[in-house]
Amino acid sequence: MSTITEVPPVKSKRQVIDSAVIRFAGDSGDGMQVTGSQFTNTVALYGNDIATFPDYPAEIRAPAGTIPGVSGFQLHFSASEVYTPGDAIDVLIAMNPAALKVNVADLKANGILIVNSDSFAETDLRKAQVTSNPLEDHSLDKFRLFPVELERLTRRALEHLGLDTKSMGRCKNFFALGMCYWLYNRSVEPTVRWIDDKFKNKPLLVEANKLALKAGYSYCEATEAFQISYEIPPAHLSPGLYRSLSGNQALALGFVTAARKAGLTLFQGSYPITPASDILHELSRYKDFGVMTFQAEDEIAAITSSIGAAYAGALALTTTSGPGMALKTEALGLAVAVELPLVICDIQRGGPSTGLPTKTEQADLLQALFGRNSEAPIPILAPATPADCFWVALEASRIAIKYMVPVIILSDGYLANGAEPWRIPDESEIPLIPVKFASDPINFQPYKRDPKTLARPWAVPGTPGLEHRIGGLEKQDGTGNINYEPLNHENMVRIRAAKVAAVVQDIPDAVPVGDPEGDLLIVAWGSTGGAITAALQSGCAKGRKIGHLHLRHLNPLPANLGEVLKRYKKVLVPELNMGQLIWVLRAKYLVDAIGLNKIQGRPFKQAELEQKIEEVCGPREKSR
Amino acid sequence: MSTATLPPPLTKKEFQTDQEVRWCPGCGDYAILSAVQSVFPELGIKRENFVVVSGIGCSSRFPYYMNTFGFHTIHGRAPAVATGIKAIRPDLEVWLATGDGDALSIGGNHTIHMLRRNVGIKVLLFNNRIYGLTKGQYSPTSEFNKKTKSTPFGSLDRPFNPISLAIGAEATFVARSVDVFQSHLKDTLKHAAAHRGSAFVEILQNCNIFNDGAWFNLTERDARSEHVIQLEHGKPLVFGKNRDKGIRRRSDGDIEVVQLGNGISESDLVVHDAHHPRPSYAFLLSHMEHREGFPTPIGVLRAWDDLPRYEDVMNQQIKDVVAKRGVGDLNKLLRAGDTWEVK
Repeated sequence: MSTITEVPPVKSKRQVIDSAVIRFAGDSGDGMQVTGSQFTNTVALYGNDIATFPDYPAEIRAPAGTIPGVSGFQLHFSASEVYTPGDAIDVLIAMNPAALKVNVADLKANGILIVNSDSFAETDLRKAQVTSNPLEDHSLDKFRLFPVELERLTRRALEHLGLDTKSMGRCKNFFALGMCYWLYNRSVEPTVRWIDDKFKNKPLLVEANKLALKAGYSYCEATEAFQISYEIPPAHLSPGLYRSLSGNQALALGFVTAARKAGLTLFQGSYPITPASDILHELSRYKDFGVMTFQAEDEIAAITSSIGAAYAGALALTTTSGPGMALKTEALGLAVAVELPLVICDIQRGGPSTGLPTKTEQADLLQALFGRNSEAPIPILAPATPADCFWVALEASRIAIKYMVPVIILSDGYLANGAEPWRIPDESEIPLIPVKFASDPINFQPYKRDPKTLARPWAVPGTPGLEHRIGGLEKQDGTGNINYEPLNHENMVRIRAAKVAAVVQDIPDAVPVGDPEGDLLIVAWGSTGGAITAALQSGCAKGRKIGHLHLRHLNPLPANLGEVLKRYKKVLVPELNMGQLIWVLRAKYLVDAIGLNKIQGRPFKQAELEQKIEEVCGPREKSR
Repeated sequence: MSTATLPPPLTKKEFQTDQEVRWCPGCGDYAILSAVQSVFPELGIKRENFVVVSGIGCSSRFPYYMNTFGFHTIHGRAPAVATGIKAIRPDLEVWLATGDGDALSIGGNHTIHMLRRNVGIKVLLFNNRIYGLTKGQYSPTSEFNKKTKSTPFGSLDRPFNPISLAIGAEATFVARSVDVFQSHLKDTLKHAAAHRGSAFVEILQNCNIFNDGAWFNLTERDARSEHVIQLEHGKPLVFGKNRDKGIRRRSDGDIEVVQLGNGISESDLVVHDAHHPRPSYAFLLSHMEHREGFPTPIGVLRAWDDLPRYEDVMNQQIKDVVAKRGVGDLNKLLRAGDTWEVK
């Protein structure tokens, strides 16, 4: 993979390269997320493969210019396939000293560093707790530093519009964006269209932002500031129509599609919580698809209203993050006991308690598996990439309806906000989800089971002759009548477990990518997949027999998993937690797996995985 | 439609289940069950369209004894479950059986939110001022300084008045009745059934095991007429064994108890207006029982049915958007925003 750091400076005006990693960093009020999203959209439209990593603080507006207020957006775009947002960055845009301080360590040597030099006054340095001015003290000498008077230049471009100084200042991110478009030879047009739409009721802001954007572009052209510009050709993705999609958007679209394919009303009970709220925002827009969104009074009402909706015959969904998941615990047990279909999305974040609301983690696996009183098993699915969330939403809905069970989806903050290109399927490619409501009163029993799936009938109120009672008390199989007899209870506990175990018949066997047997099997789940793939493609798999098994189904696990684990000398389990999947694998398969654990609120870097793989595998054998 | 095609009217027996009723002998819940089973067949609603939802507690066993659809949920959460049912099926007749602990303690939040949203659910709050199923701890309606298993030196909490709470949440229908006043209870339930929005009915109920006689000052024959005032819309507020006392407005807006006679007649009294759009008058009435010399009101305090039901506006919003945009096109949705073709 060639990157811009390998390019000799100056000489040719335009250089064709394979990929680049760019990070926009500034104050949370500087519009870095918008800037990053716009750049992403533009290069994605051009045909580059992308992976993004928005990283923003939990505070809406921390004091301006301070370290806690720094918000960043990283994008990896390429002419080849992309698996991660990138470890080190080629271009850093720093809007103030705090943003520079937080991010500069990730910038490659000889990387491009664009700083807003208007925000490096004495007071700005003090807010960032910087003692000497980095623009003057030679600490940035190993980078290609471009100090740009972003505020003054933006003001000059806009001064004839009659805007106040503050409003003009707000446009400086578009000036910087315009510069980046020049640097990578991209058109400003997609962003111009976006500005037209976004500010359609504020003509003055349309004008101002467009002017700032174009001024940034022209500034580079006129001053030849960079002396070089880059071209990253479109990637060779499989043919089809594409769009850029984040994990939360993908979940929302997945559930709308699932409801349509099942012929059911989609009901979402939810309570706002970071980083899950965007699913509620997204779904609340789709009333024309009959989607019913209910912002409940709390997390408990969010899930219990969904249980009520499921009872009444809806495809019911509740969305939350870790602390909210904890509040839903008792109701999850009710859903298990009454055997109604329900999908629960836990968009994991750093914990315990409120923890790191905007940062990613994978530490809710054991909560999802066991976090209920008594024996209350629930199927669990985990998407591996943002766009994969779409397909996981469909599969979870299908399992919930087919087996009459609640199903948990474990996404995380990184998947939720990260985006990638998604090949848009045609509606006709997606199979129907069969739904059968009970209607025949003859021999009707609320807990009479399908012999294959052990599902009970879905008997919705309003159906003549099916009047019956369900509830959280232990019941007799078949009749559903309250029953406290010892053997009945054991029987019911075993049936509920067997039903969840039976879901395995709908789960494909585990097939590792790479070597089907050999030295090392990497077993992982969720959002770590991209970094693992990138590490294995970078060369550390060369001369070694390594397989990568990424588990989508965490409960039940694939039927052949135990056998697959035995085919390798060593098993490595990288996770963004203290070791949860590894705990399950060790307990279930008696495998002496090795963990790689990171609990920093951030995804794995490719290099961290490469290093661990080297360490676990040891030196390469010469015979290979 | 000719009457010949109508199915035969339902009977009380058809609303009884084959399940053995497991309340303590002498419990007030039996009387409430009997009243509900008598009223349901009279409502002209098909049996399969009734759903009885409950939380946890003695009262919440109710669904098992009603031969309708029934859902015995978890402690305090019945209002939220019922809201989900109504959202999807506004046509169903959803009744909720709950208690003072279930609705006002663990489920207090859901109760007030259901009421402020005006979800079309009929709420029967069995108030026995004690925790029965957990064997005798004080409840959020227990009187101050109550000595119970968990408060041997007396409870320190001031009790909730369920009626005031419901009116404070701007419930559109608020009523009170008593387990042993069978005909009054049935009438009150019929009023509740006729209301489209949230209907909140507090039923004073005796727990003869853990809190026997909690309401005796209202239910015993000698005390009843002096301590209870029966509210009827359009009628003056009169009470007393000889119907010789009444409630009169004072010039400062407050109310007072007056003795009829000596120039004071029924025409000087407050005429009960249950249909007033604002809840302030009903709230004033709900507070009478806390005041020296005032009676406890029973009957319908408030029945203002002009507010749309939550489930109706939820479904209407969807219809409005569909009318404006047409039924959503899935392929169009999946292709929304900027897309690009890879060849």
